[in-house]
Amino acid sequence: MEEYMNIKGRIFDIQRFSVHDGPGIRTIVFLKGCYLRCRWCCNPESQEYKIQEMTLAGKTKIVGRDVTVAEVMTEVERDRVYYDRSGGGLTLSGGESLAQPEFAPALLRAAKESGINTAMESTGFAEWAVIEKYLPYLDTYLMDIKHINSEKHKAFTTQPNELILENAKKIAKNAKKLIIRTPVIPTFNATPEEIRDIARFAKSLGTVSEMHILPYHRIGSDKYAGLGRDYTLKGIEPPSKELMNELLEVVNSEGLRGQIGG
Amino acid sequence: MKKYFSDKIPKSDRITRLVENLYRKMPEIEADRGVLITESYKQTEGEPIITRRAKAFAHILDNIPITIRDEELIVGSATKAPRGCQVFPEYSYEWLEAEFDTVETRVADPFYISEETKKTLHEVYKYWKGKTVCELATSYMDPNALASFRHDMFTPGNYYFNGIGHVTVDYPKVLRIGYRGIIDEAKAAREKLSVADADFAKRSHFLDAVIMSCEAAIRYAKRYSALAAKEAKNTSDMKRRAELENISRICDYVPEHGATSFYEALQSFWFVQMLIQMESSGHSISPGRFDQYMYPYFKADIDAGKITREFAQELIDCVWVKLNDLNKCRDAVSAEGFAGYSLFQNLIVGGQDIHGLDATNDLSFMCIDATMHVFLPQPSFSIRVWNGSPHELLIRAAELTRTGIGFPAYYNDEVIIPQLLSRGLKIEEARDYNIIGCVEPQKAAKTDGWHDAAFFNMCRPLELVFSNGVDKGVQLGPKTGDVTKFTTFDEFYGAYKKQMEFFIEMLVNAINAIDVAHAERCPLPFESSMVDDCIARGKSLQEGGAVYNFTGPQGFGIANMADAMWAVKTLVFEQHKYTLADFKEAMDNNYGEETDAHHAEKLTKAVVSEIVKTGRAISEGDIATIYKEVRKNNCTEEQKKKYRALREDIDALPKFGNDIDEVDSFAREVTYTYTRPMETYKNPRGGHFQAGLYPVSANVLLGGQTGPTPDGRLGFTPVADGVSPAAGRDVKGPTAAANSVSRIDHFIASNGTLFNMKFHPTALAGTQGLENFVALVRGYFDRKGSHMQFNVVSRETLRDAQKNPDKYRSLVVRVAGYSALFTTLSRALQDDIIKRTEQGEF
Repeated sequence: MEEYMNIKGRIFDIQRFSVHDGPGIRTIVFLKGCYLRCRWCCNPESQEYKIQEMTLAGKTKIVGRDVTVAEVMTEVERDRVYYDRSGGGLTLSGGESLAQPEFAPALLRAAKESGINTAMESTGFAEWAVIEKYLPYLDTYLMDIKHINSEKHKAFTTQPNELILENAKKIAKNAKKLIIRTPVIPTFNATPEEIRDIARFAKSLGTVSEMHILPYHRIGSDKYAGLGRDYTLKGIEPPSKELMNELLEVVNSEGLRGQIGG
Repeated sequence: MKKYFSDKIPKSDRITRLVENLYRKMPEIEADRGVLITESYKQTEGEPIITRRAKAFAHILDNIPITIRDEELIVGSATKAPRGCQVFPEYSYEWLEAEFDTVETRVADPFYISEETKKTLHEVYKYWKGKTVCELATSYMDPNALASFRHDMFTPGNYYFNGIGHVTVDYPKVLRIGYRGIIDEAKAAREKLSVADADFAKRSHFLDAVIMSCEAAIRYAKRYSALAAKEAKNTSDMKRRAELENISRICDYVPEHGATSFYEALQSFWFVQMLIQMESSGHSISPGRFDQYMYPYFKADIDAGKITREFAQELIDCVWVKLNDLNKCRDAVSAEGFAGYSLFQNLIVGGQDIHGLDATNDLSFMCIDATMHVFLPQPSFSIRVWNGSPHELLIRAAELTRTGIGFPAYYNDEVIIPQLLSRGLKIEEARDYNIIGCVEPQKAAKTDGWHDAAFFNMCRPLELVFSNGVDKGVQLGPKTGDVTKFTTFDEFYGAYKKQMEFFIEMLVNAINAIDVAHAERCPLPFESSMVDDCIARGKSLQEGGAVYNFTGPQGFGIANMADAMWAVKTLVFEQHKYTLADFKEAMDNNYGEETDAHHAEKLTKAVVSEIVKTGRAISEGDIATIYKEVRKNNCTEEQKKKYRALREDIDALPKFGNDIDEVDSFAREVTYTYTRPMETYKNPRGGHFQAGLYPVSANVLLGGQTGPTPDGRLGFTPVADGVSPAAGRDVKGPTAAANSVSRIDHFIASNGTLFNMKFHPTALAGTQGLENFVALVRGYFDRKGSHMQFNVVSRETLRDAQKNPDKYRSLVVRVAGYSALFTTLSRALQDDIIKRTEQGEF
């Protein structure tokens, strides 16, 4: 077995038959650890790198386990027939895959070498030298651009966006395919103006043709309590269908192929 | 260029109105057939049974009231009232007489019955004592088999009480040469007989009966022709008058002669379909490959410019409405097993032709659209899938699936064709298969499949392993030893196999007894006239006239047995954490839990009716007290704690349905304890038994007769359906479940397997959703699964999931890029998702 198959990483879930994160039927591997702390994050258990306990529906479970690339691939291989039939494959999500720069590229490589399509959901917040390691093994980069205004970005995610926007330009040049994704969060970026700014930026990258706008939802909110944390977006309602359609129009009018949801 | 035209044709207003008229009232039981058959039987006593059957059929068709419903284009109704049903006392009647006063108010499939009908039928039924199939079958059964049947080890009730049905006759032949042509064939065969032939008596009487029955069918159609002509005269609506005149002309010509147009072909088809169900009370009379045999008529008319696509679609839609006009009243218990007034008239499109090429045509698409237009339970709509199926056809099918109607069911040519080859069919025949009833494949017009012969509950023999063969105080099964003394897993598993083998033997005995009773009391000359080689052999279907004869009883509870075996093997013989005595004690006490509510209600009712019989008054308060007593678990807290600990340990074990090789292999092995012995038995028609693995809806009913099982399943709760994982135990999503199910050997289960999958509509949203769905079906079929059907989850289901989370532990909901197990979400979020589901927002 190739050496890289033994590289270890930390994940907290593997979800099969995922149909919203990249083309076709996919298996998502959720990596643990993230540089950002987005307030709306629906996977708060993904943020800390350390292995944690989370209580849901009265049951406490351990979140996070260390696995080798080979072990993950055994699981990924199980749905190969469905990838073949649908053009699907493996998607890395998290957490932030860029935070595990040995394990994650090795996993993508393992998939590519066995003929499995790859995608990665990532916020692009890392040194360029790190990102470069991933690109040769990546078919689709699903990159989050949450806001064009750096201060507001920082206020809601704890990090500024300059590095992200800078990386977006380089990824656009070097990745096989880049799709921009924006979570639509009322009180943060759910206005036509803010979405337009992001769409314009995406268009300006030159190689981007698709942009997904993902309506805010509260489905992960139970988990904050389960981790002993506060959910700071408590009073916020998901955006209406009408608003999402309006924002979709905005995206389309910037010359992109917009899509609501992944 | 595309080989077919696939544009969608809109639904006409007529169809909306026809459907409305059909569902205006509760279905009704009518006495006419019962009266007429009794009159005829009284006149023919002492004659050969086959002759009596033909005479009775003719007497019914010549005299039963006929009606043309408003705006119908395809005519022929078995009852005056829409969706009514006739009675068939020659099969059985006692159950209906006993249920006269409850049939209208029962939960499953209620029927209205007027006081007058009750009175008439009381009179009619007096004649039938001792003359029914059911009574003869009982007397043919071995006492042990009868006892096993009475103890609910299996339920052959379907054919015990009713006709067989479950056939696809030679529709194309009737369309081609008409009943006149079939009569000529029968006459020619009769000519060839010599009066000195050893079997002359039987053969000649059979052929005469065929001729008599076909003549009766022709006369019946002509009654409709006359009625249409009369109604045409009486109507002032000129458009309707023209329609009725056309109907009159068509019914005068078909089914007597071969059809000369698409309209005639459809009307002729309908008479065949309906009349088979007038002759006998069998269900699952399946139209089969309708898109194939109708196509030549359709194409000729389209090419000649004789019909528009719009009118052709409207006519097909009319046939679909008529398929819902037929109905059947079953006994209360069977009604639960076949819930939903279903007649299982399975109609299938697509797949390969006899040469192994794709057979998709314009009608394949129009049939999908007809189901979309009519949106009713009939026909049971199916689609054949193979590696060469056009993508466009599957996408159209997926659109139908997305509506939540539960159709089409998807069938895999790549498994079913080899299945049939292994049962001795020729390659051209196997490629031409269609589905009967739920999931059972057969070659049309050559087969008497006796599919659906009985339900066999694979959990019951395991119960008897724990009781050393004793059930309710009776030594019902073999003595396989004191379960608490077993020292190896092989000993335990061996005991299960022994119990299985014994009860399969009993099952075969019971079914064959019923089979013989049908041949002797209810041979069916009309149905037999349309299946090869009955005419050539001079023998009815029921006596073995078909080219291929099978008997297919269906087993289920596989997932429970796989999980149970795994639990015993792991916890008792590997981890040594518990003993079989611990299991037995916990199961005897329902794992310390209350009696299942539904079951407790039943028990309460039984107790109450016993008390009422004694003449004692009983108050609402008394009933409540009885119910409370019945439900209560009388274990001490300490006991409860112990049993619950065991159940938690069982729960924590890996389960079938999660793509775990070791557990799935167990399911495969357990399945063989049913499928392998089954194929060694023969039936009285000269054919073989073959196993099916599907439950219809009996998994709930028969689960209600089954005590707790070692997989942690509580007593009297549903068992797993078909080859699907136990409800709520597959938690890794649809692909993992599909992989597990595909590890069962589907090839040996040639009477069909059934895999049910639940979907939240979000999984099918958008074009991408349809594409992924089709890929899922194709992927499962690549892995050699044989059948798949889908329930798209409604808000009602989600509400039910809130109330009964255990049943829905595997229900995944997906909202905008996020997936979650529904039952793990907080109540508020669940409500949120229900709201979204209602609004169609994904």
